[in-house]
Amino acid sequence: MFKNLSIKTIVAIGIGSAVYFVLGRFVTIPTGVPNTNVDTAIAFLAFIAVLFGPIAGGLVGLIGHALKDALMFGSVWWSWVLVSLLVGFLIGLAAHRIKLEDGQFGKKELISFNLIQVVVQIIGWGLVAPILDILIYAEPSNKVFTQGLVAALLNIISVGVFTSILLFSYSKTQSSSSSLIKED
Amino acid sequence: MAVKMLGYFERSSVIHQLSGVTKLIIFLLWSTAAMLTYDTRILLVLLIFSFVIFKLSKVRLREISLVLALILFFLLLNNLAIYLFSPQEGVQIYGSSTELFTIYGRYNITAEQLFYHFNVTLKYIVVTPAALLFIITTHPSEFAASLNKIGVHYKISIAVSLALRYLPDIQRDFRTISQVQQARGVDFSKNEKLIKRLKNVSSIIMPLIFSSLDRIETISQAMELRSFGKHNKRTWYRAQPLTKTDWLTLVVSTLLFIIAIVITFYDGSRFYNPF
Repeated sequence: MFKNLSIKTIVAIGIGSAVYFVLGRFVTIPTGVPNTNVDTAIAFLAFIAVLFGPIAGGLVGLIGHALKDALMFGSVWWSWVLVSLLVGFLIGLAAHRIKLEDGQFGKKELISFNLIQVVVQIIGWGLVAPILDILIYAEPSNKVFTQGLVAALLNIISVGVFTSILLFSYSKTQSSSSSLIKED
Repeated sequence: MAVKMLGYFERSSVIHQLSGVTKLIIFLLWSTAAMLTYDTRILLVLLIFSFVIFKLSKVRLREISLVLALILFFLLLNNLAIYLFSPQEGVQIYGSSTELFTIYGRYNITAEQLFYHFNVTLKYIVVTPAALLFIITTHPSEFAASLNKIGVHYKISIAVSLALRYLPDIQRDFRTISQVQQARGVDFSKNEKLIKRLKNVSSIIMPLIFSSLDRIETISQAMELRSFGKHNKRTWYRAQPLTKTDWLTLVVSTLLFIIAIVITFYDGSRFYNPF
């Protein structure tokens, strides 16, 4: 499975995980409600997943999130790390057909990308994360489902705002495949 | 840099001398055991072991005090949240209710609930030393070699080692960008409204992410020029062969792991019920 990874994808996984860590550690925006932040790392994860595909997305989620947990708290909260992997992988899988290299990121792509991310994140943070929390840590179900839904909502906002801007600016830096006109 | 982070400390101790592979396997076994069990007896034994290996590693308490404070704060919040959402969780799990006193309505204090909180707290505390010591006592390059040795493909191991190698560089980039934007009058503090702050933050993450994309380009070209990925295997400069102590530690910890799992599951419940 990993044998045929291109060098660029491997490097993207490595550097991506480091960027994920830095964003997760330093760039969070408090909403005003205690202990709930808009996390920018998740927006970056979605961006990497669209750009480099499902394997890169999944592994940046796994390595980046595990690193962040380990270096910040000294322990890894595996249930949420696994969900980061899942979210990165699924967004990569569904959104990889958006061809950014051709410089095309218009209204249609914007809408389809956001539909994908909303569905994936509701499944991931709102459903899988709480279930894993109950299975692994035996926490009260109403607590973890509330936590999961709040996280899903904030992450959807973060990806909806930041990743959309990122994808749009990135597509602007690529030359459009239809920008050449044949002269007579 | 003003921000302190956990990282490798060079020191000579029994724990430092163990091979990275041994420490990685123990870390994985340890966190699996601590994740699966809710048995108070096993958690207490793990706690005692944590103190012992912490002592052996010669890591000083003040080197990790910041992280410890963070964990304790997090623990407190989590316990509070659990109680607010589900004050009867313990009663449900242990199947009896020994009321000590009532605060309001269903918010009473039962011995079962207190015992449940004690277990949750213990579980948190017990996972920490294994991961913490693993990070502090294993050199990043050796970590990549160890990952490869336990069966992770070397391309993924290299990705992990790249991540660790470039953490400080990207942190420095971040700091520079953030200071430049602040010098230009962009405000990231609470004084700005939420929407404006979102906009201001994007003035950091845009340059940070796009410069990282350039970095990916440069590094992958350098690796391509050196024919990275041509062979199916590779050797590691920092790999350490397993010594007798390593084997002994591995055998003992695997045995302990099996015992812990058996004790946890033999009566069909993950919880130890003293009531």
